[in-house]
This record gives sequence, C-alpha cells and structure tokens, in this order.
Amino acid sequence: MNQFHRNTLIFGLVAILLMPWYRVDGNFWTFQWLAFNFFLIEESAPLISQLFHLEKYWLILPLVPFVLYTFDYMASTKFSDSIKQQGLLNRQLYYGLAGLSFTLIQAFLVGDFGVNFDWLVSLLPEDSYQFGAGAGTLLLVISFLFMIANGLAYRGFMKGDIFATSCLILIIFLVVVFVAFPVLNILIRAFLIEDAGYSFQAFFDRFAIVNLWGLDCGPNASSICGVAWSTLFLAIMTGISTTLLGLAFALIVTRTNFIGKKFLSFFSILPMITPPFVVGMALILLLGASGTFTEWLNAFFEVELGGWIYGFWGLWLAQTLSYTPIAFLVLIGVVEGVSPSMEEASQTLGASPTKTFFTISLPLMRPGLANAFLLGFIESMADLGNALVLGGDYQVLSAQIFFAIAGASADDGKAATLAIVLLIFTLTTFFIQKRWVGKTNYTTVTGKGDGGSYGPLPKLVKFLSLGTALPWVAFTFTVYVMILLGGFVETWGVDNSFSLTHYAEAFRIEFVNNSMMASGVAWDSLFTTLLLAIIAMPLTSFLGLLTGYLLSRVDFPGKAYFEFGTMLSFAIPGIVIGVSYVIAFNQAPIDLTYTGMIIVLCFVFRNMSVGVRSGIASLSQLDKGLDEASITLGATGFTTLRRIIFPLIKQAIVSSMIYSFIRSITSVSAVIFLVSADYNLSSAYIIGLVESNRFGVAIAYATALIVIMSVAILLMKLLIGDRKVFLRAQK
Amino acid sequence: MSQNSSVIFKNVVKAFGDTQVVKSINFQVDSGKLVTLLGPSGCGKTTTLRMIAGLELPTSGEIYISGKDVSKVSASGRNVGMVFQSYALFPHMTVLQNVCYGLSNHKSKKLEMLEKAEKALATVGLSHLKERFPSELSGGQQQRVAIARSIVIQPDVLLFDEPLSNLDAKLRRQVRQDIRDLQQEIGVTAIYVTHDQEEALAISDDIIVMNDGNISQIGSPENLYKRPTNAFVAQFIGDANKLTGELVKDENDSLFKIAEQSIFAYQGNKPAGKYDVFIRPNALKFVSTESTSDICFPVTVKKSVYLGSHTEYQLSTSWGESLFMIDYSFDEPLANQSEAFVSIDARGVSIV
Repeated sequence: MNQFHRNTLIFGLVAILLMPWYRVDGNFWTFQWLAFNFFLIEESAPLISQLFHLEKYWLILPLVPFVLYTFDYMASTKFSDSIKQQGLLNRQLYYGLAGLSFTLIQAFLVGDFGVNFDWLVSLLPEDSYQFGAGAGTLLLVISFLFMIANGLAYRGFMKGDIFATSCLILIIFLVVVFVAFPVLNILIRAFLIEDAGYSFQAFFDRFAIVNLWGLDCGPNASSICGVAWSTLFLAIMTGISTTLLGLAFALIVTRTNFIGKKFLSFFSILPMITPPFVVGMALILLLGASGTFTEWLNAFFEVELGGWIYGFWGLWLAQTLSYTPIAFLVLIGVVEGVSPSMEEASQTLGASPTKTFFTISLPLMRPGLANAFLLGFIESMADLGNALVLGGDYQVLSAQIFFAIAGASADDGKAATLAIVLLIFTLTTFFIQKRWVGKTNYTTVTGKGDGGSYGPLPKLVKFLSLGTALPWVAFTFTVYVMILLGGFVETWGVDNSFSLTHYAEAFRIEFVNNSMMASGVAWDSLFTTLLLAIIAMPLTSFLGLLTGYLLSRVDFPGKAYFEFGTMLSFAIPGIVIGVSYVIAFNQAPIDLTYTGMIIVLCFVFRNMSVGVRSGIASLSQLDKGLDEASITLGATGFTTLRRIIFPLIKQAIVSSMIYSFIRSITSVSAVIFLVSADYNLSSAYIIGLVESNRFGVAIAYATALIVIMSVAILLMKLLIGDRKVFLRAQK
Repeated sequence: MSQNSSVIFKNVVKAFGDTQVVKSINFQVDSGKLVTLLGPSGCGKTTTLRMIAGLELPTSGEIYISGKDVSKVSASGRNVGMVFQSYALFPHMTVLQNVCYGLSNHKSKKLEMLEKAEKALATVGLSHLKERFPSELSGGQQQRVAIARSIVIQPDVLLFDEPLSNLDAKLRRQVRQDIRDLQQEIGVTAIYVTHDQEEALAISDDIIVMNDGNISQIGSPENLYKRPTNAFVAQFIGDANKLTGELVKDENDSLFKIAEQSIFAYQGNKPAGKYDVFIRPNALKFVSTESTSDICFPVTVKKSVYLGSHTEYQLSTSWGESLFMIDYSFDEPLANQSEAFVSIDARGVSIV
C-alpha cells in the first residue's frame, strides 16, 4: 500500500461526497454554488445525493466500482502480510477499467433532454435527464485513471514507473476526450440528417450539392472552380512561394556575410506575432481599390487596378507574407545541417562551387525543403483569417466551413462534409510528411563537431537569393508601415490626416466619479484574451513537454500510435477543431458552451504539438543517463522531471510557452465559434470590426496586440536569461 | 549495506521486440564480492546490468536482491547505486549537490545528509572540490564524483557500467585499482561491466563471461584463463591459437599430433581421440633441436613485430596452419622467412 492508493481514495471520496457532480452555472472558482444547501440542489449536488436524493439511479454505475475499491482497500490495510495486499494491487486495474467505462456508459445513457435509449424509459423515473459533467465527474474519472495506471505499473508496464504510467494514461484520456471525440463527432455529422438518422446517401448528397470538385472553370469559363480545387491550388502555390523565399533567407543568413542579416532575422519573426488577418488588412490598405499604391499608380500612370487584391492574388500574397517565416525557421536548420565536410569533399574532387551547390548541397536539403513545403501547404489550408478578409469570390474550404455555420442557415452537415474534405487534404499531407520526408532525412545532427566551415555561396545562388529576399523584405517593411500608420489616420484613402481617434475608441480610459473606467471597445476582449492565453500557456507547455518526455524517454507498447495521435492535432485545421468543439461540447455529457474553459482547452490542444516537438528536440540532446542516474538514486519520475530535466531544458519550456501564448492570441479559426458575450477574444473582435468596415480601430487594436506580444517575448527572454553555462565566474 | 546483499538471477530473459538480448541466464553474486560481466559488445552484459538496476525489467524470470524478488520493482524502488559510462553527473548541480541528491530522495535530515555526503567525498578524496560544477572537473575527478554519489546512499549493490572507457590508458590502471580498493574497504557487493579482459582479470573476484545473450562460463580470473570450458572463453580471455588434432596414447605417455607431427606431450586424463586445443601465444618458445629434449616442431617466420618488451610472431607450420606467438625473451628477433623450431609449454594449453 502506498501513498498513491490513499490519494486515489481521497480523490474519489471528495468527488462522490462533496464536489458538484454536474457543471455549475457561472464560474466554479467563485464558489457561488457553495450555498448552505448545495448538497441537495440538483445543480450542485454531489454524486451521492444526485443518486439517492434526486433519483438519478443510473449514477449507481460509476459508484459501484469505487465502493468495491474502497472496501478492498480497507480490507487490505488490515493485513500487514504483503501477499494479501497484492490482491488489491492486482485488482485495482479492473476497478479502474470498470469505473471508467461505467462512467462513460452512464454519460451516454441519459442526456439533457431525457434518456437516449427507449428501453431505459421503463427502468428510470419519468422525466430523467442530466447536465454536462462537472468537477465531481472529473475527479472521479481521475481517481479511476489512477487505479488503472497504478494497476498497470504494478504489472511492470513502463518499467513499473507509476508516475510515467499515470501521465501516459491521463494524456491519452485527455487527447481522446478533447481531440478524437469532437473530431470524430463532427465527421459523423456529415452522414446525419436531422430526424432521418445516419446514411451514406446524406453524405453523398451533400458532396454533390456543394461545388467541391467542379472543373468547369479557367480563364474563359463562366463558373467558379470547385472549392476543393481552389483550396488545393492556393495551398500548393503558397507552399512553393514560402519554401523558395524561406530558402533564400536561410541561405543569406547562414552562408553569407551580408550586413543586414540580423535585420532579416527580425523581419522573419515579425509575421509570427502578427494576427494572420492583419496582413490581409494591410494589403487592402496598400493595394486595395482605394489603397495607397493603387491611388498612386492611378495618379501618376493612370493605371486602373481595381479590386484584384480580393481573390486568389491577394490571398496568395497575404499567406506568403504570413508563412514565409515558418519555412525560414525550418530551413535554417536544414541548411546548417548540411555538413561542410560534404561540400569540402566535393570541391577537393574538383567540382566548382556552383556544381557543388546544385549536385551536393541542394539534394541534401531536399527532405527539408519538402518539409517546409508541406508546412506551408497545411498552414495555407487552415488559414481562415485572410480568407475572410481577402477571399472575395475565391472560395476556399476554411471560409466555406465558416459560412456554413455562421451563415443565414446554419448547416452542420454541410460544414461537416467540407471539414472531411479539408481533413483528408491535411491528413494526407501529414502522412506524406511523416512517412516519406521523415524517413529520408539525410542531415543528422550527431552532436559532434564536424569541423570545417561553410564556403561562400556560389555567385549565382547568392545573387538569386538576395534578388528575391531583398525586394520581399522591402515589401514586408511597407506592409508593416501600413499597419503602423493605419491606426493613426482618420479614414484611409479619403482623409489622410493624423488622428488618435481609433486608438482612443479602442483603448479609452475615463474617470467617472473619481473611479477609473476602461470604456474603450477593446479592453473587454483584450483582458479576456490575455487572461485565457496566460492560463493556457503553462498548461500547453507542461502537457506538451510531458508528452515529449514520455515519447523520448520511456518505452511502452503502442508508442508509435501515441506519438501519431498527439501530433495529429497539428494537422487538424483550426476551423475544424473550432466547429467540432461547438458541436461536441454543447450538451451532456460535456457542456462547455459560453465558458472560458472551452477556449482554454482549445488553445491547449491546438498548440500542444509544438510543446511535444520542442520537448523531443531538447531531450534528445540530453544524456539519457541523467534520468537513469536520478532514478537509481531513488528519485521518482516526478522528482526527476522537476529537479533534473526541467532545469536543463528551461529554454525549451520558455520557448514553448512563448509560442503557446502567441498562437493563442493570434488564432482566429479555432476560436471564432467559441467566443461568447462573456468571453470575447481580440482576434474574433477584430474580425468583427473588419466586417463592419471599421478598419482604423481594427488596425489600432492589432498594432497594440503586436506590441503586447513583443513585450511579452522580451520579458520572458529576460526572465530566463541566456543559457546558463554552469561555471562559476572566473576570479 | 544490509547483511546479505546478494544478487540472484533465475532464468532471466530479456527481449526487445522479437530479439532476445538475454537468453535465460542464471547466476548468483555473493555478498561483498566484486563480479565482472565480461563479453564482446552486444553480448547482453549491459542489459543484464540494467536489469539489476531496474532500468530494464526482465521479460521473464526472477531477480533477487538481498533475498527479495525485485523483478517488477522500478529502479527508484531498489536500493542500487550505479556508476554510468558517461558518469551522468547533473550539470546544473555542484559536486556536493550531486552527492546529496540521492539522500534527499530518501527523506534524510539536512545535517545528517551533509555529513554523509562530506564523508563520501572524503572517501574518494574530493572534499576540496565540493563547490565546483562537474564541467570544471577533469575526467578522473568526474568519475570519482559519480562513485561518491552512488556509494553515499549505501546501496545493496553497486553497479559499474564500463566506468573506465572515458579515461586515458594511464589513468585506467590507477582508477581500476582505486575502485577495487574502495569496494574492499566498504565491503559492498559490486557488479562491473566491461569488454576489456585485462580490466576484468585485474579487479574481479569472479568473472561472468557472456556471449550472444548466454553465459559462457563463470569463474575466478585464474580459473577462466587456465581452464576455459569452451572455445569462446578460451579465445576471448587472452589470445589463443586454435588447433585441431588427435590425442594418441601409448603405454607411458600421450602425445597430441597434427598430421603425424607431434606437437606436445599431454599430461591430463582425457581419452584418446580428436580434439580442439587452445594454445596461448606465450606458451610457444623457440628451441634449438640440439639442446632440448622437449617435443618440438619446425616453423617458418612469416612476420615479426618488435614491441620492446616482447616480440610478436606470425609463424607458418608444416601442416599449413599459422600460429601466433609472443616471445618475452631478450633474444634477438628472428628475421622474416627464417626457419626455426618451437616447443609448447603444456601449461599454456587447454583442451576443450
């Protein structure tokens, strides 16, 4: 018997006897539900009273395994004899499994509006129903998960490490509940017709109605291309352009002594902290029908450009601006991964620098290039912000899903059908990346210095790189100047006088009766955004790094599937996650509508994969002997993580926190359906401003967000300082 | 250290996927002994060591430490100290913090903890460096910190995973003696993994020779060298020339012959028949036919390598096989292609 059993027992007892079994209205943490009679009110009663006092008899299901466990525990503690105690150690796995499955079964037996199966009607009291799960349900489930983990560890699973096993079981449970369940749930919707049940016919009908695969388009055709084709075409173009630009930047930064290198790196980071649609807005200000550049061309050359920016060209431009940095960051590693000794070998064999570049260096980078392309491809597919702002008549899947739900006639089925098509695209890409690119990686980092230094780039390549990168930087620069200026101009293109009205409207603070009042329109959503992003930040980072730890340090059966499952969330477009959350979590058993929690959960599971990656990457540079040494010195897995591993991968922790924070603030597609009156988010609010043509305020707000994120990054970098070298200062 | 800190393996198998790395091994290490697991790389010796530490759990079979079945106990639940090949010192902790780490996991009192740590550091002679970070120490010093860190928790068993492989050749001799002395001093049961037979011979009470996941032979260093029970051990421990021939007996002595050529006189009690014999290179000796009554046979020097303390020869025999010989005498080395006679000292011969 160990402390673990006691904790399991306490968790379960608190869940059953004290915690509200169902979701309470309002914020749980304000404890407003804790009225004197909370035990008896349906809203806040714990399981025990829901079952006996409120006649929800199906709740006997989760109670039975727990009661059996409790009796078994009491009985076993009476024996000092370890043989008798082993009985419980052995059986706890079955209590846990039974408890977990019974909890799930009862959750699906009875819903918000009554029983879900006809045969139950006669068994249960009339008018039986239940709400979404609450704190009590959660704690009891955790208690069951602990039983399962402890039972497995006792059987030697994961080398008998209770901590690692518990983490694994918990993460699997969370990923299943918050990624697999909602996504599968929405996919099934594509086959459902209200009141008629599920059928393939429903799916194929929808498939046919939506113009998905139409090819009756082209320069001379009258109709528009199928949504699937246009999405695919845009994604391929964006993938190509971001990869080429990213390569040019990476070559310049790593292989030349170009003076503006630092400046280039900075510019490549900037778009990452820019909410995606902001780039689109700036493009409109610059190149739109009444944009600066358009007017300028008109005035000097009498060229009429019109609204070309709304559609494919604008989208392509905006996405290339937004996603080139990702390609750049991937390719820097790739370019540096090509060992200089390979190039030196080629040159000693008589090849010219140009020949070396094209026959040795470039082929070695091929997997990396493919990787960068696929990332740009996936990002483009998932992009909703720019599609909403700049899309015009050019239809892409993400925007179509958005309109299917947000449009005049909300159509779950249509959204689900489109989501399936989008998922097929991104998952196929993800598979290709894993299977093909992942396995043909030539550039392996051994950790040993390879010696040699990079030769200069061949003239031709250098010329090409600078020739594409520099104009692009100039363009990016102009776009950001637009963003900065946009907030300070009365009405863009009409009245270009300096004005602070937009900032005032967004961030006004008034003093009414000596008390401060934040009456600017942005404050509300800004505070909510920062609060939720900050709550999600450590959770995302911790969950991601923990998963990374399990993947890189512990062996267990089914590891490959586990890795695949956690990485999958990266390949699921935000809009699909967002829609699936709305549909899955708006009724019993899990009802999170209009809460901040649903947004935090969405942030966490959307951004977790980055934590996983950075965790794996930094752990692979850490001697495995360190954890083993710690464990042989009697430390538990948790102590090892806290005292050895975390201090040594501090940098990865901070960078994954920064990333989580930024992604939370800039995400649009995933959260646009999750915001509510109480919990509105900046990005959704700004999109609203754009849709009502209040560009000035929107840009002012977005600029403020960029500044806030930059400050946050700086603060966190300062907080951890440079990599500690573990040397005392030289005296 | 508990009174009886023995280690027992019973039919232990370890498989990774379909490959059996350790194939049902049995052995016992008695309390207070230093036993070496010796074998070529990939023989399963490190996996065996890691199973004692609990870093791997056996696929089947039982492991007992101090009489307790620990087959399914995780590493942190066993009281075992381990010195890693890479030392695995925690880079963000000072020497003292490294040594205290294990104690802090066992809920010791702070003062008591420091006292024990200081004592362990004094044992390895590093008290003056306790405030340093590992990166500020030499390889030999890092190793001693690793040892101090693992003995301070008073383990039932102390494990060494090729601890000398990161040290230069000169230091190795010194450190292996230090390890042996320390083990004797504190009387801990120790298990030591190496692929270097000289190291194993130098420090062990007993050696467990492993090959391809099996135990080839267990015995004292002298026993293994002089009385190998199989071809693998004979050739792995010290070099040996393998020859196949016939044992022929007449009324007073028995001779080992190859292709009618008498090689040496045999004193043991094996019956006549065909055998493989293993001959140590230093059991061969050049003789002149006039001055010796020993059995000898003619050879041709194919190649000689002069190495100061000794000379290595590659010899070819009349029956076509070649022999490897080491000559420790002060005689002038023989030139290539010269003809000579050699005799064999039967003490350097084992028949398997």
